[in-house]
Amino acid sequence: MSAFETVIGLEVHAQLATRSKMFCGCPTGFGAAPNSQTCPICLGMPGVLPVINRRAVEFAVRTALALGLRVNPACRFARKHYYYPDMPKNFQISQYEEPLAEDGALEIEGAAGPRRIGIQRLHLEEDVGKLVHEGAFAAAQASLVDYNRSGVPLMETVSRPDLRSPEEAAAYLRAFRAVLLYLGVCDGNMEEGSLRCDANISLRAPGSAELGTKVEIKNLNSFRNVQRALEHEERRQAEALAAGGRIVQETRLFDADRGVTRSMRSKEYAHDYRYFPEPDLVPLKLDPAWIESIRAALPEPPRARRQRFVSQYGLPVYDAQILTQSRALAEYYETAVRAHDNPKAISNWIMSELLRELGGDDDAAIARTPILPGHLAALVRLIDGGTISGKIAKDVFARMLASGDDPDTIVRREGLTQVADAGALEVLVDQAIAANPKAVADFKAGKTAASKALVGQVMKASAGRANPGLVDRLVQEKLSRM
Amino acid sequence: MSEPARTIRQLHAAFTASAISPVAVTEEYLARIAALDPKVGAYLTVTPDEARAAATAAEARYRAGRPLSALDGVPVALKDVFCTRGVRTTCGSKILETFVPPYDATIVARLRAAGAVILGKTNMDEFAMGSSTEHSAFQVTRNPWDLARVPGGSSGGSAAAVAGGLAAGAFGTDTGGSVRQPAAFCGVVGLKPTYGRVSRYGLIAFASSLDHVAPFAHDVADAALLLGATAGHDPLDATSVDAPVPDYVAALAGGVAGLRIGVPDEYFGAGLDPEIERAVRAAIEVLRDLGAGVERVSLPTTEYGVATYYVVAPAEASSNLARYDGVKYGLRVPGGKDLVEMVSRTRAAGFGAEVKRRIMLGTYALSTGYYDAYYGQAQKVRTLVRREFEAAFARVDLLAAPTTPGVAFKHGEKADPLAMYMNDVYTIPASMTGLPAISIPCGFNGSGLPIGLQLIGRALDEATLLRAAHAYEQATTWRERRPEVA
Repeated sequence: MSAFETVIGLEVHAQLATRSKMFCGCPTGFGAAPNSQTCPICLGMPGVLPVINRRAVEFAVRTALALGLRVNPACRFARKHYYYPDMPKNFQISQYEEPLAEDGALEIEGAAGPRRIGIQRLHLEEDVGKLVHEGAFAAAQASLVDYNRSGVPLMETVSRPDLRSPEEAAAYLRAFRAVLLYLGVCDGNMEEGSLRCDANISLRAPGSAELGTKVEIKNLNSFRNVQRALEHEERRQAEALAAGGRIVQETRLFDADRGVTRSMRSKEYAHDYRYFPEPDLVPLKLDPAWIESIRAALPEPPRARRQRFVSQYGLPVYDAQILTQSRALAEYYETAVRAHDNPKAISNWIMSELLRELGGDDDAAIARTPILPGHLAALVRLIDGGTISGKIAKDVFARMLASGDDPDTIVRREGLTQVADAGALEVLVDQAIAANPKAVADFKAGKTAASKALVGQVMKASAGRANPGLVDRLVQEKLSRM
Repeated sequence: MSEPARTIRQLHAAFTASAISPVAVTEEYLARIAALDPKVGAYLTVTPDEARAAATAAEARYRAGRPLSALDGVPVALKDVFCTRGVRTTCGSKILETFVPPYDATIVARLRAAGAVILGKTNMDEFAMGSSTEHSAFQVTRNPWDLARVPGGSSGGSAAAVAGGLAAGAFGTDTGGSVRQPAAFCGVVGLKPTYGRVSRYGLIAFASSLDHVAPFAHDVADAALLLGATAGHDPLDATSVDAPVPDYVAALAGGVAGLRIGVPDEYFGAGLDPEIERAVRAAIEVLRDLGAGVERVSLPTTEYGVATYYVVAPAEASSNLARYDGVKYGLRVPGGKDLVEMVSRTRAAGFGAEVKRRIMLGTYALSTGYYDAYYGQAQKVRTLVRREFEAAFARVDLLAAPTTPGVAFKHGEKADPLAMYMNDVYTIPASMTGLPAISIPCGFNGSGLPIGLQLIGRALDEATLLRAAHAYEQATTWRERRPEVA
């Protein structure tokens, strides 16, 4: 692969988390009965007109500002024409020559440190519906259309061809998703299609300033698939070029089952989209004061927050990265740390226990958590204060998850308080020593590890409630006195 | 069977005084439609049940002393371009022959809210593309003044309905002259308001940046009343203007004394019928006698109007009509082996020749490599035309000109599309600039065919336009003549 340099650019479509559609008042929820979230406007009936959703514009401006793009004082919508039954008007209202924002960047963690990936433009458009084929696509006798998704606001962001490897492309997409989640403008759910990605990839001789012939890959519906598809395509192009062949400019579809890309349509049959300014909408002029008020309300960007987590809380970079994946998660973490000052322990609990249980890190998943951040902090406080052991704590955590109760209540109710009373433990230690003469003999013979067996006996006898540190100290004392 | 020469205002006064009932008037119009429309062909769909129900409700309101407006109980006709909930809306096309809209256009909703009685939907050139109403997929409409002649178009059905006494008032759409030209041909008043003054929501689009909702009436005061009932900002139309709507009827008084009226040289050139020129110049003299100042002005871009219009309008139409594909509503021609064939067959069978011609023109004008030379260039010319009018309106308050170069022609007379397009030469500039314009009767030619005077005003200044038109109308007797459909 070293014979070529890989050049990748990504086009990311994000469904904006507005309540209503881009140009009409229909709801945008996922999974409703087919065509139940439609009206004459998003069905493209004769006579209907679009009206711009101000909230969608606000979300796009928010994203543009967070990524350092220049928000144009006036932008325009344009019609993009092609015939396809999932698009009711047979044109899509998008933006073409005058997009909402231009020229920004997203910093990602590259293999050799941070990398700045240019963003060429950001614009708004409407989503299309969905075709449902009866049976397999090729053999289908009929196709049905569900227009629920038709008209849902989409924000398209086009990166510059600054990505140099499939890993970087995946890193860009992850970082981009984190920004969207932070800003609360998209739920980032790739399985439901809230975030979709097309990639352009070409190879060239290292050091060359010219771009090679690019191939566009569609249907990349997960981070893993973005990387796999690009790795396959990188290999395919390198083999073709090495063999003296040439790359055909075309659109290829990623077949996730087989892990390969295959040709979808070549540019020779490219559509002429016949863009022209949407005459039903006047140019969208954005009030500078409104833009500034959006800027003032921007949350701390994920990257800055990640760096602050490392410096302020002394967290490893890895922890900081995971905890800042979504704004809700980062805020959850900081709320917990404010309630109990043990940043690393709280991070451990979130990463090893909480996230596993939630099955997601997005705002919605965090919002569903039955465990309040203050409760998680209280749990760590109970451990730190010696009230419960780490082992008991896992049990308490499971109960917190099931009931939503705070750990103090659970510990009190279930009698899980750690036995830290030396007098009570001494009895148990004596019993263990009396019942295990072999362990005592081994210890005397120099096998110091034999004391661990005795500690284990005591813990077992206390049903896990004994303070393990105290038990260990008592066992050591008793044995050394024998 | 002659229509009592009544205006909308007279109807309202009679309803209020209980001299006549809205139900009786609606029955009268329905009876006239049943008797005469087979000859005129103004209506594509008559809705007697809905009309009777609306008239009955209006009658109850008058009886209770609470009419909704001056339009309450007044029978009107709508061009079949406006979506009417539950009533078939064809746009004059086979492709929408079976289309029943699930919603009302904003102007339909406003008319209903004002209590108007909708008699039915009127014939039109398919998708409003034409100047004779000969391009309807369903029927020919005849000019009530001479059944051998066209009523003009594309809103010919609505114009003929008002002229023939088959409705007290009507609505059409004016894209390049489609209300003013048929108003001139049929001897009625046609008022194209400022672009954005009346909502386009629910108007089946031909050319979005040029389409205007526009009323037909027997006289200027009725036109003012119909405009007032439908004008005003609509949140469903992003291009509708958020500006206060004056009381147009109250603004009619005052005359033209002190108004400066410009007469553009370019509207009196070659191709203008001398009889029309004489009538229009005589009308301008009437305005002068009433106290208006009259001066010559020059609008040199006039000669580019038709060419520019026939790039912009087809381009927008090619886009607006893309949705008719047989997938969701209207005609579908089955049997195709795949999607492309289904769409092709549907559009081939569903659209008429003129519509296909314009879709092809427009598709070409928007194509990569041609966009700048055609659509881009046309938009620049449009800006020049707009500036030229702005400059003229710095000097004068109104422009006066003929509405059309000729009078109503015979069916089939203008088979050459270009000859047909040239009919719009005087109406297109006000369409492209979005300026308000009105056509009012100003005489008849030797064969007794009506002639229209066109007045063009400043943006959003329909009040001055109507005031001048009203002053002229009151000083003349043309409006008293009505055709006898036999």
